[in-house]
Amino acid sequence: MPAPRSEVLEIRASDDIVRVRQRVRTASVEVGLGLVDQTKIVTAASELARNTLDYGGGGTAAIEIIDDGGRRGVRIVFEDDGPGIPDISVAMRDGYTTGGGLGLGLSGARRLSNEFDIRSSPGAGTRVMIARWK
Amino acid sequence: MDRSGTMLFADLLGRAKTRIMADWSAELERANARVPGRVSTQELVAQGREVLELLQSAASSGDSDPTSAAYSRLRDLLAEMSRARAFQGFSPTETATFVFSLKKPVFDAFRTEPDLSPDAMSAGLWTATTLIDGLGLFTMEVFQKSREEVIIRQQREISELSTPVVKLWDGVLALPLIGTLDSERTQVVMENLLQSIVDHTAEIAIIDITGVPTVDTLVAQHLLKTVAAARLMGADCIISGIRPQIAQTMVHLGVELNVVSKATLADALALALQRIGRRVVSASPAPAVRASA
Ligand SMILES: Nc1ncnc2c1ncn2[C@@H]1O[C@H](COP(=O)(O)OP(=O)(O)OP(=O)(O)O)[C@@H](O)[C@H]1O
Ligand SMILES: [Mg+2]
Repeated sequence: MPAPRSEVLEIRASDDIVRVRQRVRTASVEVGLGLVDQTKIVTAASELARNTLDYGGGGTAAIEIIDDGGRRGVRIVFEDDGPGIPDISVAMRDGYTTGGGLGLGLSGARRLSNEFDIRSSPGAGTRVMIARWK
Repeated sequence: MDRSGTMLFADLLGRAKTRIMADWSAELERANARVPGRVSTQELVAQGREVLELLQSAASSGDSDPTSAAYSRLRDLLAEMSRARAFQGFSPTETATFVFSLKKPVFDAFRTEPDLSPDAMSAGLWTATTLIDGLGLFTMEVFQKSREEVIIRQQREISELSTPVVKLWDGVLALPLIGTLDSERTQVVMENLLQSIVDHTAEIAIIDITGVPTVDTLVAQHLLKTVAAARLMGADCIISGIRPQIAQTMVHLGVELNVVSKATLADALALALQRIGRRVVSASPAPAVRASA
């Protein structure tokens, strides 16, 4: 069983979002996700990476290949020290945006992932975890 | 802290420089022989001599921290070399070997120093090895960053090359999008299309996204805005090339493009021609099918 590997990428500019997508793609291929699942997790990662940059003022993405003893998957944790989200349930609503977007990034990322966890409070930054299993 | 070790190392570099440089040249030549052709051994040796010179003067400040100000000129030189190697396509190993191959000559020189107490010898060796390691790591960091710059530049060049607006028929334009869409450039691409719609008084614009790897909310929003703007200018858009995995992902994401879409560019063209009142028919009489020889 190969040891779980993890890689932390900085998100400082829009080029970094491209990089996050590429690395998530590579990890998804490595754990054997099919084309549809690859596309789903890469797209979810793209959404969260952009939120980290646009609203969080930059941060990190930690990409990890996970293994629960047989099943493998990809997990990504996005973290920033930005302003945080005052009301998570409002932010998770389809169509809610404070930045002139479609307001579908957070809710879409949840629908595109098998696991989704968000923690945030005003002034304490934001942490979002997503995972997709094979 | 290990000021004494650092001074010992600096003294050694001064005293045994000729010998260390001769040994290092041999090391460099051996390493270079394995991957010949990219850089001459003379050039490597000349760079080595400069490195050794700066290393000696930095170490004689007594500072053993390769990230400190004393080493800034040496770091500049190493950074410059490392960057050049990254652009020339050197491998990481080749680049790292340049610095790390200095170790053996330095160790050999220490070993044959007369009148060095074991304590002094171990202090000197320790400084030498941590310093060379630190400089090697620095070299690799610069190398890595430069490689990434190369990749980003190439990506940019590719995406710039690959977004022409093509006239398919009188009144029908196609915009085959290829690559990443969320750079500042998306704006330019979309404006190009709108300008071409004006220039050609186009009725129909086909936006083909076969070559777009990811359609997220930002890409979707760009597409929606373009479709809306085109409509205001009197042109209808057709989106083609939405691959099955992209279609499924868009459904989960919750984006609706509310625009006619076709699986392929060919289907989109057929629809466009139909809309402008043209039909593609086979030439008659049909060309004779030649019997196989
Ligand atoms: N990391 C974050 N830090 C602070 N606020 C955030 C963060 N991520 C999301 N938000 C808030 O949650 C809102 C909803 O985010 P979501 O990604 O769903 O939509 P959006 O980014 O506005 O638009 P879209 O992602 O569809 O382009 C954002 O408008 C923003 O106010
Ligand atoms: Mg978003």
